[in-house]
Amino acid sequence: MKEQEQQLIDALAEMREDEALALAKTMLDRGDNPVRVLELCREAMDIVGKRFEKQEYFLPELVLAGEMLETIGALAKPLIVQSAGGEAKKLGRVLVGTVHGDLHDIGKNIVTFMLDINGYEVRDIGIDVPVKKFLDEIREFKPAVVALSGFLTLAFDSMKETVQAIEKEGLREGMKIMIGGGQVDDAVRSYTGADAYGSNAVAAVTLCRQWIPAAA
Amino acid sequence: MSAAASAPGEAAAAHAARLKRVNDAIALRQPDHVPVIYHTQFWHARMAGMNYRRAMYDYQALMDTCRDVLLDLQPDMYASPMRPALGPTLDAVGYKQLEWPGHGTSDDAMFQYLDREYMKADEYKEFLFDPSGFFLSKYLPRIGTAFEGLENLPSIPNLYYGRMFGVLSKFADPKVVAALDALRKAGEESARLGACMGAFADEMDKLGFPQSQGVACSSPYDYFGDQFRGSKGILLDMYRRKDELLAALEKAAVFITQHTVASALNHPCKMIFIPIHWAMDSFMSLAQFKTFFWPPFRKVLLGLIEAGLTPVAFWESTCTTRLEVIADIPRGKAIYWFEGTDMLRAKEVLGDVACIRGNVPASMLNTGRPEEVDAYCRMLIEKVGKGGGFILDGACGIPDEARPENVKAMFASVRKYAA
Repeated sequence: MKEQEQQLIDALAEMREDEALALAKTMLDRGDNPVRVLELCREAMDIVGKRFEKQEYFLPELVLAGEMLETIGALAKPLIVQSAGGEAKKLGRVLVGTVHGDLHDIGKNIVTFMLDINGYEVRDIGIDVPVKKFLDEIREFKPAVVALSGFLTLAFDSMKETVQAIEKEGLREGMKIMIGGGQVDDAVRSYTGADAYGSNAVAAVTLCRQWIPAAA
Repeated sequence: MSAAASAPGEAAAAHAARLKRVNDAIALRQPDHVPVIYHTQFWHARMAGMNYRRAMYDYQALMDTCRDVLLDLQPDMYASPMRPALGPTLDAVGYKQLEWPGHGTSDDAMFQYLDREYMKADEYKEFLFDPSGFFLSKYLPRIGTAFEGLENLPSIPNLYYGRMFGVLSKFADPKVVAALDALRKAGEESARLGACMGAFADEMDKLGFPQSQGVACSSPYDYFGDQFRGSKGILLDMYRRKDELLAALEKAAVFITQHTVASALNHPCKMIFIPIHWAMDSFMSLAQFKTFFWPPFRKVLLGLIEAGLTPVAFWESTCTTRLEVIADIPRGKAIYWFEGTDMLRAKEVLGDVACIRGNVPASMLNTGRPEEVDAYCRMLIEKVGKGGGFILDGACGIPDEARPENVKAMFASVRKYAA
């Protein structure tokens, strides 16, 4: 690896935003392969994710990492020549959304980010998602895992309703459902009929690793 | 309905006994039994079959349902059902930071806060130079339609001698006049709500129930994160605009304290409710907590305590790693209410510092059985209540969906078990 490539990874992983963006811009301006620049970003995000798992990094770092990634992505993506190598293979599909009645999205966004940088193909369908929208998206996206998020206590019932509808429509076979957010614990998991709950974004990644075999 | 609606003498004695019980707990003395507080959003209204729209618009119906619940549960204190803003006031202000029934949410959904950027990143300088000017010209018109037009007011420090006369006509600007008229109407509605609040408090006093909170305030970090920059904005500012953010938090600590002390003067209850959203273990590192969150918040706490007020800091989610840091306040002067924090660890670290309150899980109250609630409360009373300094409550009060038999089990437990 070239010295500057390592510098880019370090700057991103160490949250030195100005340096990271300047380096990426220099590399892209002089004609470095944009796919390679994005690969370096992915490596840096891998470090960020691991530090988050080890509780060395928290939300400020995840949000800033996401911003840096987005800025570099916006510079690099238009430069990518079609069929230049393609995206890395994704591990499996995860559908994420905040259940109906609840407008909170911080937890959901962090779960989406962590699953994404850990190699999953994540579709985030937003907040206050009606049951029908979950059903439609499951039919269309065919996820291996559905993640229901909710912060308010009213979300317990919305989650239960969503899980029941998924089951009733015959969509649960071969798919796992996890819940998380706010006050969700094992009692809520049992109440809603979900397969598992996670108390943070790292738990969401761990559950997906258990449920989706890496070799698939 | 229970026997609490009894003779005035008995009610007055019950009132005094309840106040003493809570005050003993705050002062870290052992009360005759562990006190229990009734704090909820709309549980009483939901139990009476009322939807959220009616609960937010029909003051009298809301008060009636709360009275029934207080008489039934017999708490030592209660948080008023009359929030500072209910439907009619929100309508009058044209409030943009919340969604509520009929305004973004259905009749059967709770009001919710909209996490957005209400102050832009490049506006710190303006805020820091002149917060009042920033409020009038930028912030207020962004958060309520009634304030739209105030941006046409003259700059306040410009109102002196000849300059003042030169800009006086701005007070006759049609947009300013319309804003002031809309605010007058909002003010009248707010006064009507305030009168109901006062009347309800008086009535409950006569029935023997003191209030558990007077005015509320925020920690400086929450104030800035929730109300100004939004969650994403403030998290990025911790890296991109650290000095400006720290200066703004420092400034906010001063005026939050001043305003809270001034408002509390007119309120009979001297307990100040401070819901805390951003302190939790999983949101920022301990080093960041010690840099951004705690120092300005500690200033607010000390300022309130110095003014003879009792801060009731509600540490949402899990704040177990923060316990040693937040122990740095005067002894026996504050309540720390915990949601998911390890209560036994809290007792160990804070037992000699602050009165601990909490924390029957929402999941247990909503989905569990009364026996589980009873066993959990017993554990709290015997272990966290040992030696005094404990108030029983739900982890986040009584959730609106809590099962009545579970709530009853929680309130009955303080009379069944001894600390």
